[in-house]
Amino acid sequence: MDMAVVELSRLQFALTAMYHFLFVPLTLGLSFLLVIMESIYVMTGREIWRTITCFWGKLFGINFVLGVATGITMEFEFGTNWAYYSHYVGDIFGAPLAIEGLMAFFLEATFVGLMFFGWDKLSKIAHLAVTFLVALGSNLSALWILIANGWMQNPVGARFNPETMRMEVTDFYSVLFNPVAQAKFVHTVSAGYVAASVFVMGVSAYYLLKGKWTNVARRSMMAASAFGLASSLSVVVLGDESGYALTDNQRMKLAAIEAMWHTEEAPAGLSLFGIPDMEAHETHWEVKVPYVLGLISTRSLTGEVTGINELVLKADERIRSGIVAYDAVEKLKVNRTDMAAREQFERHKADLGYAMLLKRHVADPRAATDQQIMLAAKDTIPNVPLMFWLFRIMAGLGFFFIGFFALAFYCASACQFSKRWFLKIAVAIMPLPWIAIEFGWMLAEIGRQPWAVEGVLPTFLAASSLTVSQIWTTIIGFTLLYGALAVIEVRLMIATIRKGPVEHHEPEEVRGQAGYAPLPAE
Amino acid sequence: MEIPLDYETLRVIWWGLMGTLLIGFALTDGYDLGVASLMPFIGKTDEERRMAINAIAPHWEGHQVWFILGGGAIFAAWPFVYAVSFSGFYLAMFLVLSALILRPVAFKYRSKRPDPAWRSRWDWALFTGGFVPALVFGVAVGNVLQGAPFRLDSDLRSFYEGSLIGLFSPFAMMTGLLSVAMVVMHGAGFLSVKIERGAVLDRARRIGSVAAVASLVLFAAGGLWVANGVMGFRLEGVVDPNGPSNPLFVKTVAAPGAWMDNYGRHPWMLIAPILGLAGPVIALLGIRRHSHVLNLAGSSLATVGIIATVGLSMFPFILPSSIDPQSSLTAWNASSSHLTLWIMLIVTLIFLPLVLAYTAWVMKVLFGRISLRDVRTNPDFY
Repeated sequence: MDMAVVELSRLQFALTAMYHFLFVPLTLGLSFLLVIMESIYVMTGREIWRTITCFWGKLFGINFVLGVATGITMEFEFGTNWAYYSHYVGDIFGAPLAIEGLMAFFLEATFVGLMFFGWDKLSKIAHLAVTFLVALGSNLSALWILIANGWMQNPVGARFNPETMRMEVTDFYSVLFNPVAQAKFVHTVSAGYVAASVFVMGVSAYYLLKGKWTNVARRSMMAASAFGLASSLSVVVLGDESGYALTDNQRMKLAAIEAMWHTEEAPAGLSLFGIPDMEAHETHWEVKVPYVLGLISTRSLTGEVTGINELVLKADERIRSGIVAYDAVEKLKVNRTDMAAREQFERHKADLGYAMLLKRHVADPRAATDQQIMLAAKDTIPNVPLMFWLFRIMAGLGFFFIGFFALAFYCASACQFSKRWFLKIAVAIMPLPWIAIEFGWMLAEIGRQPWAVEGVLPTFLAASSLTVSQIWTTIIGFTLLYGALAVIEVRLMIATIRKGPVEHHEPEEVRGQAGYAPLPAE
Repeated sequence: MEIPLDYETLRVIWWGLMGTLLIGFALTDGYDLGVASLMPFIGKTDEERRMAINAIAPHWEGHQVWFILGGGAIFAAWPFVYAVSFSGFYLAMFLVLSALILRPVAFKYRSKRPDPAWRSRWDWALFTGGFVPALVFGVAVGNVLQGAPFRLDSDLRSFYEGSLIGLFSPFAMMTGLLSVAMVVMHGAGFLSVKIERGAVLDRARRIGSVAAVASLVLFAAGGLWVANGVMGFRLEGVVDPNGPSNPLFVKTVAAPGAWMDNYGRHPWMLIAPILGLAGPVIALLGIRRHSHVLNLAGSSLATVGIIATVGLSMFPFILPSSIDPQSSLTAWNASSSHLTLWIMLIVTLIFLPLVLAYTAWVMKVLFGRISLRDVRTNPDFY
């Protein structure tokens, strides 16, 4: 494998996925905020709430388009840039993606047109139902994509089939109810709700500071602060820590986040600060809170949190076992009916992926030296300092949002959002949810390295057989295209916000016949 | 778990479903692609162009899902095809993706400013977003018929030995143009039922008839080329349609003219090319007689016929390899596992009818011709 191709493919995927995920959180959260606002309109019948719904709907629309447009890239990028991955795990991974299209994309995309164009063609209740279906569709799409992603982190319900040289599904139920996927789903959509709430708070605060559209702004803030408080609690409490004890890679991820080089006596402490050192395998100037990590990650006083060095030793063992499985697969390639090889494979198949880690250091894993095996075992350590700090910033922001929304809640009841300092904070913090969210993704995906699918397929084997120049062409192309779109999007958002809400009027009857006579029915 | 349908049956069903999705995409999104390709020509004034835009505006998002779902379904049911074709046609895929990304953005953002230069720029973006994907899809089909230059190694990793320019062979250029003519005919057909009588409709009819004639001629020429050309592949030896999905297990050879074999074996398949030829004629008749429904029916039948012809001619081949026939992907060697095909079939049987039902409902709610008056007065319009 050409490592430049692999690294560039990773770069492109990260760029396009993180760009896509600038728009998705707002879609996830704003769609439900629209449902809340429109519900108030339907229940109270007060026109102001329709104005509010239409205004945020317009911003939702601008954002939604880019989410959909950049999502197309994601659906095809597995095939274009990760062809061997697509072949190797497509039997499992393709299904949630296809179901996402069938169950979620169709729902949101078909009804979003009606949501914008159907105000005068539907009853109030029917239009509310349409808005709800758009929200449901976008949130269901998050569910399916996280089932797919959860499987990469914890590949349950599948086995390697030597006849087809790929992973195949054995138990679809466990793929669906993968605990990692479930935790990720709640965590991710809650983060989207927080982002949307902060967005609505910020834009409304801007109006209040300017003294414009205060009736819209104050009501929007009320709705957003309640929704935001609930979501910011959920995003932290239901963080996806719960899945971290499940597999070796998830354990490694947790150890890396904590820069915990050695297994500690249970319950382990949680670091607040430190400078992790990848060379010396130790963390300088560490500040630790005792017991907390053990309690959070194992939900017990006795559960042990395994350290990085211990996990590397375990990887070493698994690589050795994997070589036996790899040898069996090679024998089966020559002779499909070799019973001895099949038996040999069955005994060691769980570690086959670990043998493939060696391909970075030696062409045939069976010829690996002890030193090469040790190198491959050390490859299982992700970038510890990066993980350590990404997590601290993300989690810190998570706690900050709880504080912010608690304050907002207090301001709502105590002073009707009249304090200017609070409004200024609300405007200033608008970018923060996006930072937390993007860091969360980086944490999840960098933490999974060196694996594309943990324990199954290393990332460096997963890429397509492309050339460096091909990938540079598309990276530059996507950067230019996405960059231009970002500029247009932000400008339009700002223009729409400046213009502000439009009071709803019944469309005027146009006098006289303009244009052509209507066509009689055929 | 005992799976009630055997592997072979499921593979044939999924081969059919893949075709159905591609046809669904061509019928729904083909309308948008066609109208988008017509954008700079269909309207002389901004208001006229806005009629055409608003005739597709509420629908394109739903239509585009057919494309995304097509990708997802090929990934789930034919992972080999997904992996080999998308990585092989890498830069062509990029062209299509960027054009398709441009399209929705153009719909939405064009109307945000009254400035004519701004709007004209987005009109050309729309044209690109319609014309380029239509052309590239057609070119891709031409390449699939000829075989793509890829080979598989013993790990079933694929290596592609072609280039972007290499895709545009004379035959592929012809199928590309056929694809453009087909979606333009269909877009014009759809417009004729979606907008009120007047200058735009007249132009749609005129362009539609040119496109219908072009589709007819190009499709017939393509058929003759395939029948007399060097294309075609054949499976040799014992083929086990229930066997594991591994292309290296069955011998495949290049066999010129083999794409006509199926019509000799199963004459009922001739219905597809017949539809492909009759469709444009029906569309022309509809345009002549001012029957817009007949026009749309004709363009739809043509779309179904032309796409089905490609699929049926090649069956069981899906993506043959021109440099290493042995690596060719077929319905018997490139599918997902038996269990995945079965689960995905159940999911499809539950959700596809639901999708069709609510799409029809939305169409019904938004039913009616777009008029110049709507464009002038409706504040929700682009």
